[in-house]
Order: sequence, then structure tokens, then C-alpha cells
Amino acid sequence: MPAGYVGAGFPEATVYRARELHADVIAIDGGSTDSGPHYLGTATAKSARNAVARDLRHILLAARDADIPVIVGSCGTSGTDAGVDWIYEIALEIAETEELDLSIARIYSEQTASELKRYLAENRIHPLEPAADLRPETLDRCSHIVGVLGHEPILDALAQGANLVLTGRATDTALIAAVPLGRGMPDGPVWHGAKTSECGGLCTTKPQSGGVLVTFDRTGFTVEPLGDDAACTPTSVAAHMMYENADPFRMREPAGTLDTSGARYLQADDRRVRVEGSRFESADQYTIKLEGAAPAGYQTMILVGLRSPTVLARLDEWCDGVLTYLHHNIAESFGLSPADYDLQLRRYGQDGVLGKYEPDKSTMPREVGIVFIATAEDQATATQLAKFANPILLHAPLPGETALPSYAFFGSPAETERGQLHEFVLSHTVNVDSPHELFRTLVSVAHA
Amino acid sequence: MTTSLGDLAELVRSKNAGPFWLTIDVFLATEHDYIRARNSLLTDPAHIAAVFEVPASTVRIFTLPNLNAIKVSLPRPHVQGSLRDTDLHGGQQYVPLLAIPVD
Repeated sequence: MPAGYVGAGFPEATVYRARELHADVIAIDGGSTDSGPHYLGTATAKSARNAVARDLRHILLAARDADIPVIVGSCGTSGTDAGVDWIYEIALEIAETEELDLSIARIYSEQTASELKRYLAENRIHPLEPAADLRPETLDRCSHIVGVLGHEPILDALAQGANLVLTGRATDTALIAAVPLGRGMPDGPVWHGAKTSECGGLCTTKPQSGGVLVTFDRTGFTVEPLGDDAACTPTSVAAHMMYENADPFRMREPAGTLDTSGARYLQADDRRVRVEGSRFESADQYTIKLEGAAPAGYQTMILVGLRSPTVLARLDEWCDGVLTYLHHNIAESFGLSPADYDLQLRRYGQDGVLGKYEPDKSTMPREVGIVFIATAEDQATATQLAKFANPILLHAPLPGETALPSYAFFGSPAETERGQLHEFVLSHTVNVDSPHELFRTLVSVAHA
Repeated sequence: MTTSLGDLAELVRSKNAGPFWLTIDVFLATEHDYIRARNSLLTDPAHIAAVFEVPASTVRIFTLPNLNAIKVSLPRPHVQGSLRDTDLHGGQQYVPLLAIPVD
């Protein structure tokens, strides 16, 4: 695992250690839900294309040098079909300029609402806590839906001779687990080793020094950093089970649940950690998790700087006054009711980050950045609402003030269109008969 | 002597655990500090529920004595990236817990 995701960057020398270390595969993911619903909703990537191309080029050259396959998961941030094709095009460009012979498998994981409604009708889709039962109209609302694939379609692609596997949305661990599971390594250590290494060097003492190598055997796994100046310690490795996991001991995969509660972490030498005792409980039912993003209106925002000590001392009053005035006058000028649009004032410098959970209500800020956000059914309405708010945000006096103040707009134009908003609406799993049934694999060859 | 969790802990961090869950990790330097934190309101689901305004039955608390660490997980008060979410990655949401008193 060279890094947490392709495009994150890594010291290039670290991936070229693949041959000297006798690595069997280079695996890296290309995304997750962590960048938010926009990227799934629009099927676009959060990473810069040049950053992805730079990382992928070094990975493919290191893999040729070591004569091993490469697996890239969750392509294009959210693993949509367009995301897989995006990485595929980048790989073809690299193959041409670097004269690589690639047999490329593309595993698509996008789902249609109509097909999923069939599963729903058969009572094969169930909610994950804290979601509610899925309704068919929620599927119809989604711009894009992906199924999160396990290791089996990857293993199948490798068996078909692929030396570059590009997957749609996959569990981060499946990419790493595929090759060792295919070689008959025990599933407890494999899934635990895969989870340990899924963020590259994050399980080491120095994450920025590069990724990690995981070596699996019959009784456990050993993890070591690829960077010379980093080390793995029992604490750095064990603590990684906590990272971005709601439960630090149990992690669900399509085929079952990893249980690390009995794992023992031992310092093997000054850089390597040995882990034994992890278990994997096979589930009675194989399940595929769904992720879906649906449109949630359009936004336009205005950034206003407040420095006036009198306004900052009465900020709640000022904000309440602005919103009350706007709601009243929007009804009159636009004929809209509050159910048709949404207005927010986020007060960066005061409580913009924590909102009502902000514990410090008493410290007076020196300045506050007010982000006004209008959300409406369409972009034109959102922007008209922002333009309507413009003179109020510029001049709103405090209650009782007679002089006309002016506040510090960020620039001209005052308003910035944020485009269409999306929201995550699926947290459900599908009961499938086969690990392959929701996914489609295409294998093609790129010759030097 | 009473102190605050923020002053006692070596590291407190928060992050999304998927779009629908928030998870907060508290690392203590010693076993003694770990026990002090474990005996505080940090491990009281009712207190966590009150701070973040979620049902107490949904709060999950894990103690990890081998790591001198405590983990608190809860459904996100606002789903990641939704209209009222002000912290896309959930990275700053540990702050309301720093003031928890520790004996």
C-alpha cells in the first residue's frame, strides 16, 4: 500500500522497493465517501488529475519492475462507472508514454434504481443503523448509486490475467485482501492486515514517509513501513483499528465480520510489528453495502467580514434581524414560503464550526466571517435570493442604530454560485446470492 | 485534583466513520490517566447524548485499556454534507468534550 489513496502523493523511492521486498501486489484505493456526497452525486473526482497520474505512473513502473499486478479501488473518488473510466484513461496514457504492456480489468459497481427496486420488492435490502427502511422513491431520487464490492470480483479479474485491476466502489480492505486470500492465507489475519494498511503509512509513526508492506502467513501478519525513517509500533498498529471505525474491534465486510478483540500486537524488530489472534466470522448471508447520493437543491453564498466591535458584541441580535427581515420580504417579493427555500448565516470566528454545540459562548471574537447561504430548488432562485440579501448583508444596522453601517464584502461579485447540492441517502445492504452478481467486469489489453 | 479532559489527554480527535456516524478517540498517556478518564462523564452515554443532542441509546462507548484509549461513537447529528452539516469530515467535533471534568 503506497499511500492512503491514489493522488495523495508518496516519496517515489518507496514504491520502487516493491521488487527488493518481494511484494506480490501493489494495492491502493482511489477514494471513499469521506469527501462528501457531491463527488458521488456528480460522478466526478475530488483529486487533481495530474496528482493521480503522477502516483499511478510510479505505481505502474514499480509494478513492472517487480513483475506484479496493481489493484486500484474506488476509482475516481466514489467508484462510479465514470470514475473507473477516468482512471482507465489515465492508465492508457501512462501505458503509451512508458511503453507498458497492460491487461486492464475494469470492474463496474454502479447500480440502477430499477434493478435495486426488484431486490427491495423481494425484501433483500435492509437498513444499517441508524437508517430507516428503504423506500423505492429514495432509489429514484439518486443521481448515482454504487454497490461496495468485496475481494471476489478482484480475484476473478486477476485469474483472467489482468495485471491492472480498476474497481468501482470497493471496501478499502478488499483490494489488499484479494491476493493473500487467493493464495489460501487465513481470513482473520488477512482482513486485519488489510484494515491495518488501508491508509498506507497511517499505521506507522510517520505517515508522510510513505506506505507499508504487509506480509501474511499461516498464523498472522507482519507490517513494516516503506519509508526508512518510519517505524511500526504495537500502539501505532493497534490504534489504527480505531481510525474512522465506529467500532474499534469489529468491522463488517461483505462475507462476514473481522473481530480483532483477541489480537496480540508484538514488536518484531525496531520497525516491524507482528499481529496474531485476529478472527473472521463468516456471515450466513453475503451482503453488499449501497451508497447513493441524491440532489438536494442549489446554493449561492456570500462572504461578509464583520469587524465592528458593536456588531460583534450583539451578533445574535444582528443575525436574527437579518434573517427575520429577509424571510418577511422574500414572502412579499418572491411569493415563496420558507418551505420553498433555506437561508443560513454561518458565523466563522464565532460558532461557524460547532454551531449550537459550541461550548464557549463568552469569548468575544476580533472579527467574524459571515457566510450567507441561500438554498433553493434551482440555481437562478438561489442566486436571486442571494442578490436580494446583498444590500441587507452590506448595511443591516443593529436594532436601535440610526446611522447606516457598511460591512466588508469579500469581493465583487459578492455572490458565489455553489451549484447543485447532493446528500447521502442510502445506508443499506443488499442480500446477494453471489459476490459477483451486482458487478460487471471488462478486460482489455493496452500494448506498448 | 480536578482537571479537564482536554488538559489530561495526550490526543483527542474526531472523524467521520462513514457519512452517518461520528467517532471520537481519546488517547491517554498512562494507565493512571486512562482510569481517570474512564471514570469521568466521557464514558457516560447520557452525557454524550446530552452534548450532541442524540438519543442515549445510540451512543456507543468502547474502552481500550491496552492502548490507554477510549472511543465514543454516535450517529452524526447532521448527516455528512447535508444542509446543516458544518464539518464535512467531522474533524473538529471532539471540541465540546474537552471541558469534561476529570477527578
